[in-house]
Amino acid sequence: MGQFGIGQPMRRKEDERFLKGAASYTDDLTLPEQLHAVLVRASFAHALINRLDVAAAQAAPGVQAVLTAADYLADGLGAMPCMAEIGCPITRLPRYPLQGERVRHVGDPVALVVADNLAAAKDAAELVEIDYEPLPVVTELAAALAPSAPQLWPEAPGNLAFHFSHGDAAACVAAFARAAHVVELELVNNRVVAAPMEPRAALGQYDEASGRLTLRFTGQAVHGLRRQLAEHIFRLPPEQIRLIAPDVGGGFGMKNFLYPEMILVLWAARRLGRPVRWLGERSEGFLADAHARDQIAKAALALDVEHRFLALKVETLANMGAYLSTHGPLIPTRSSSAVMGGCYALQAVDFQVRGVMTNTAPTDAYRGAGRPEAAYIIERLVDQAAHQLGVDPVELRARNFIRPEQLPYRTAAGQTLDSGDFAGTMRQALALADSAGFATRRAKSEARGRLRGQGLACYFEATLGIPQEAAELRFAEDGGVELVIGTMSNGQGLETGYAQILNEVLGIAPEAMRMIQGDTGQVPTGGGHGGSRSLQLGGNALFKAAEEVREKGRALAAEQFETALADIQFEDGIYRVAGTDRSVTLAALASRRTQGRSLLDARGQYEREAFSFPNGCHVTEVEIDPETGVVTVERYAVCDDFGRLINPLLVKGQVDGGIVQGLGQVLLERTVYEGGGQLLSGSFMDYAMPRADDVPDLRFTTNPTPTPTNPLGIKGAGEAGCIGALPALVIAVLDALRPHGIHQIDMPITPEKVWRLLRQAKAAA
Amino acid sequence: MYAFEFHRPSSVADAIAALKAASDGKLMAGGQTLIPTLKQRLAQPSDVIDLGGIKELHGIRQDGNSLVIGAMAKHGEVAGSDLVKSVIPGLHELAGLIGDPQVRNRGTIGGSLANSDPAADYPAAVLALNATIKTDRRSIAADDYFTGLFQTALADDELITAISFPRPEACGYAKFRNPASRYAIVGVMVARTGGGVRVAVTGAGPCAFRLPDFERALAGSFSADALAGLSVSPSGLNSDMHASAEYRAHLVRVMAQRAVKAVR
Repeated sequence: MGQFGIGQPMRRKEDERFLKGAASYTDDLTLPEQLHAVLVRASFAHALINRLDVAAAQAAPGVQAVLTAADYLADGLGAMPCMAEIGCPITRLPRYPLQGERVRHVGDPVALVVADNLAAAKDAAELVEIDYEPLPVVTELAAALAPSAPQLWPEAPGNLAFHFSHGDAAACVAAFARAAHVVELELVNNRVVAAPMEPRAALGQYDEASGRLTLRFTGQAVHGLRRQLAEHIFRLPPEQIRLIAPDVGGGFGMKNFLYPEMILVLWAARRLGRPVRWLGERSEGFLADAHARDQIAKAALALDVEHRFLALKVETLANMGAYLSTHGPLIPTRSSSAVMGGCYALQAVDFQVRGVMTNTAPTDAYRGAGRPEAAYIIERLVDQAAHQLGVDPVELRARNFIRPEQLPYRTAAGQTLDSGDFAGTMRQALALADSAGFATRRAKSEARGRLRGQGLACYFEATLGIPQEAAELRFAEDGGVELVIGTMSNGQGLETGYAQILNEVLGIAPEAMRMIQGDTGQVPTGGGHGGSRSLQLGGNALFKAAEEVREKGRALAAEQFETALADIQFEDGIYRVAGTDRSVTLAALASRRTQGRSLLDARGQYEREAFSFPNGCHVTEVEIDPETGVVTVERYAVCDDFGRLINPLLVKGQVDGGIVQGLGQVLLERTVYEGGGQLLSGSFMDYAMPRADDVPDLRFTTNPTPTPTNPLGIKGAGEAGCIGALPALVIAVLDALRPHGIHQIDMPITPEKVWRLLRQAKAAA
Repeated sequence: MYAFEFHRPSSVADAIAALKAASDGKLMAGGQTLIPTLKQRLAQPSDVIDLGGIKELHGIRQDGNSLVIGAMAKHGEVAGSDLVKSVIPGLHELAGLIGDPQVRNRGTIGGSLANSDPAADYPAAVLALNATIKTDRRSIAADDYFTGLFQTALADDELITAISFPRPEACGYAKFRNPASRYAIVGVMVARTGGGVRVAVTGAGPCAFRLPDFERALAGSFSADALAGLSVSPSGLNSDMHASAEYRAHLVRVMAQRAVKAVR
């Protein structure tokens, strides 16, 4: 419907507010009488606390309280829960927001200092005396499983928290036994830090009269976290706690978890009867935000004599860090298993994951959360198979894709695939990339002394997250329309996408819509944001609500004109009696109110029936400077199947951002703990984030095959770029290096790593 | 940040007086290292003396065959100066490679040289171009100036006023950037000067240093190929998570060759 409806590349309506500095982030909020909190964090990666003396800090000027684990336990508060359910036992490791006996990673919180101002809190924090007895440290996966490894938890012998299995191991063994070819790789998926532009922040408030707690914080969800705080921490009815997430400056998954600081500001506010605020500094973010990835996978692909894939076996070691984060164990297990094997027709999958505890920051979800790991494994194996068998990787893929005529298709990983045109999508991506011109470009690069490689990867994912969502539409007296919804934009542009759906169904101008999100006091239920769920689930809930409004209006119009429902036509926000000049606007009907509410107010609910499976093909070209080992990304083209697009401009933004985030993991982002467990990459001086000049022009097209699993036919697009980029870029680097005898390289592909491999290859030749 | 007394003098004499009067004073010349250090509470000076208000420390001018750059000239001013571009194009280019626009619009040449960060860019230019560091009391030759990691020939209460760069016949700079900070992992400036060829390296060692054998090779034949057979020992070079000493040693030769190719 016109320029603001579904499918239009509308510019983001929220940007005016953001660009003019009118947004309101957690740190912009202040409350009367507020106090400032600072955390004293462990300087050792693993140590016993023999003595903790806060007397001097407590006596310092301006200090209101110095709180420790002993105070926390004395107040009867609970441990932080790990919410993951993965179909196998997980050793539950008690995690408290403050440590009193033992610290397990650098940055582990030990004491909370609350003072009248930030400087006083920082001064006092330096006066907290802690006598540590250092313990042996282990940060690396393989080392943590060694028999002699330092042990983090008596509850988790061998540092093992769980052993997850998925698939059919016996069928997999049988398939490998009859395989004509087996391809094997051991692959590292490197640890990354989300580092969103806005650091974490929390502002706790307590109302003595009602006993209610209010937490304002930077987060991706409010309802689930409220349940955790209510049930596990404060043991209060949920309605006694209100969570408010104002504007959020990026989350990437990392702001979906329960963090110690959220608990501590609420607890301190209740103890002191004054609001308490905490703003994380960038260095605290590096130490104490949930990290991500950090896996090693031993993977094998079995093929028959005709190069058809038979079976996939994957054994993953997943670094969980020092504690099990809110969803930590879910990420390497069930978030991967749903899509293990990708878009290929496999007969059997055997996927094993061991969750390993180490003296590092806990890991949890990060853009893609388990699906990039799965896509990386299968695509690297397919590329390796093509090389090993001496066949064209494009043809090998085409031979093994699940074909449109096989749909719906039950994958070996146990999912029912409803839609997809993998061969067509790959063809379009190759065309967009001008793959035919690669040989010429490679020759030109070589003439300049550079190596050039092309990488292709067909990613396949499933959009996850909490499966139900509700939307309410309320017509306000000022003519505006309030959308109350349980999803949570942390920068994606949801407000714009929703406005387009509303415009499509009801003809309401985008500027008339006001989105209310991220507040348990105003939004009754919701799943927040994660797993590319928001527009897919929230959009369908809104679509239903809007349809309900339209039909309520039709009934009112029919009543007004004393005619049959079937005679009322609705278009451009106007109800007309067919064949007459009698009409009434939606706005006029909406202004009819009873008990303070419009007669048109409506609510829609949507529950996901099945996963949707966004997929696509990334084709990229890199150039390598063999003298220095520097890799530059020269070209990038993507064809995606996201089903129906609500706003192609927003989707392109998501794809671009995802690709750049993937590029960061592949080429730049290196999280380094030294042997003693100190984080060497603890600031932007050493942790390299991608910059604009690291990124070439990103070409984008789509090959939509609408999914029948939801009314709008949306598949979700938020994580896809980050999923396809990892294998595509690494395969491109290998394509450049294979002529020099280099057939394996792990992320991050740093210049020195490439230089060393080339030097070794030269020496061996 | 700990509390400190803040001063903004308008003359060099006042700045020195404030420094001498302070129990532990720090001069601030742009603050690109000092401010982050203060914010992280890694330093606790009693007084911070901001040199930004001293007019005599500003400005870029030509003095005969030399370019005189005031200590408080920002990197962005040098990178944006037509005078620098016409007199020493290699220096102009180097300044444009420092940090990012935010850093270049705050950081100054005097601040950089007084701090003597091993990965800063300007030290390579000062050594290769045989510049003179002018202070409130004397002139220091480039070869005598850099003495170690964050160490210089400056006395505790000495203040750089300007840097005088004699115009070279030609010079070129090549830099291998730290991917995160964009400091130099290795930066090499090669210059043909009236006093012969000079090759200076920053980023690789504790402080900027010259490469006499590279200079001799280039004096014989000023071409990248003349350096092809040379190497640098990794012994004593910096090593960190971004680059081992061995890799840095390799990069010194590669960047020196690229600097020769970049000579203008």
